[in-house]
Amino acid sequence: MKIQPLSESSLIVYMGEGIDQRVAQKVKAASYRIRQDLFSYVIDLIPSYNSIHLTYDLTKADYFWFQAQLRGLLADIDGMKFSDSTGSVIEIPVYYGDEVALDMPDIVEQTRMSRDEVVSLHCQQLYTVYAIGFSPGFAYLGNTDQRIAMPRKQTPRTRVPAGSLGIADSQTAIYPSDSPGGWQILGRTPMELVDFEKSSLTPVDMGDLVKFVEIDKQQYLSMGGVL
Amino acid sequence: MAFKVINPGLLSLIEDFGRYGYQHIGVTTGGPMDEHAFLWANRLLGNDYDAPQIEITVGQLQLDVQQATIIAITGADLGARINDCAIMPWHSYAVQPGDRIAFNTPVTGLRAYLAVQGGFDIAKQLGSASAVSREKIGGLHQDGKKLAAGDILHYPSFTLGPETVCTSVPEQFIPDYQAPLTLGVILGYQCDSFSKAQISKFFNSDYQITGDIDRMGYRLSGTPVHSSLDGIISEGISYGAIQVPKDGQPIVLLRDRQTIGGYPKIGCVSSLDAARLSQRGPGSSVCFALKDIHQAEAERMIYNNFFNIGRKAA
Repeated sequence: MKIQPLSESSLIVYMGEGIDQRVAQKVKAASYRIRQDLFSYVIDLIPSYNSIHLTYDLTKADYFWFQAQLRGLLADIDGMKFSDSTGSVIEIPVYYGDEVALDMPDIVEQTRMSRDEVVSLHCQQLYTVYAIGFSPGFAYLGNTDQRIAMPRKQTPRTRVPAGSLGIADSQTAIYPSDSPGGWQILGRTPMELVDFEKSSLTPVDMGDLVKFVEIDKQQYLSMGGVL
Repeated sequence: MAFKVINPGLLSLIEDFGRYGYQHIGVTTGGPMDEHAFLWANRLLGNDYDAPQIEITVGQLQLDVQQATIIAITGADLGARINDCAIMPWHSYAVQPGDRIAFNTPVTGLRAYLAVQGGFDIAKQLGSASAVSREKIGGLHQDGKKLAAGDILHYPSFTLGPETVCTSVPEQFIPDYQAPLTLGVILGYQCDSFSKAQISKFFNSDYQITGDIDRMGYRLSGTPVHSSLDGIISEGISYGAIQVPKDGQPIVLLRDRQTIGGYPKIGCVSSLDAARLSQRGPGSSVCFALKDIHQAEAERMIYNNFFNIGRKAA
């Protein structure tokens, strides 16, 4: 664990190297402790892959005091064991039909697999939420099966419809709202990924485990999906 | 009990002190680009430090006054008038029903703040009224949109009387937006991936503000500086963070920045200096100087105390 000051009221805690499920679990556990014990001093907390970015309340704490609290709170975290896949799994329904799988022809061509094989590889995997950002509710999930890892599109789309499920390298993610984007789109979920009116705001949190479940057109439409 | 927007100008946004506590789901903070001017506008009126105001970028906003109140104008001099009378920023003024408040174009600075007695009545979303257009959150209609013609901005009723006084900001607190600007930088993040020679170039060069500036960030142009890293694993981005992409041209990330990003960063501009930067427009020149974190912290603490940040009137 390494704590580095960034600005007069923010710092970053690095918790390990690389994109690694165990490091992500450690970040999740540390974030939980910080929220529990130092909540009143923290203005914002951004967990992401291998780091925790913290903005603290300078009217209540200074860097010297706050980093000492963090060191105490997280002293044993490096020694803790985190298993590969613990915790509950959040299932996200996905329709992989032609109308919404905008880049499936390209994916099929590049992977030299059938559409069904691509879908089944995508659904088999248990994914870790490594980070949420880029836009509200945009969750970076990893890792995809290497056989369906895809580079980003050369020319990003000006508008990716909300709910679209994309692949970029070995990561996969859902666009929570209409936005420009360069990920290769292979399906769409009817699930709301960000709702400012709901108390939970997003169905997933950093470090959660996610699985995609294939649904047919009928189910997609009945769950409120839009074509 | 309102202002009616006659002409919204180029970019007029409702901003309060910002939206905090939601960065973990990717929601940015928003908030005033020039905190100093924003805080003074509320202070002139005795408002809470975070009362919602209008941030007017470049100008042209025109409002019809439907109910008497006191307004405060701070920040850029955008050639404001009340009816036919030119008014200066950093003062408060009484306005009456039938008055028209109109902004022209920048004389100095880029962003003006207009506050009313008691603050505008704006429904909050995720704890804040700040409009962030990209996220479709905040603002008058809770959709992140900038003000539009016909919008009605409500505020608390206020009776002007003989005891009503107008206030002004003491001269020593009024910045000169045309003065040369040195931005204090706290080294951090991936600063070790920049060689001594690169760091030295960074601190000894002038950078021009390009036309590519918005509430997310300011793209600068000048002597390129290079990190030994192409990209990094995405991580949280502080206000004022200086991102250096492959082309070596620094980008200072500001209020509406994305919460996480994967470009190498050399450090952070202090928050007080980042606010100063936001009053500079394309073509202005800035330079960077090393800033000690403890000095930045001490300055910010004094500032927070001065403006009663975190404290509200009972």
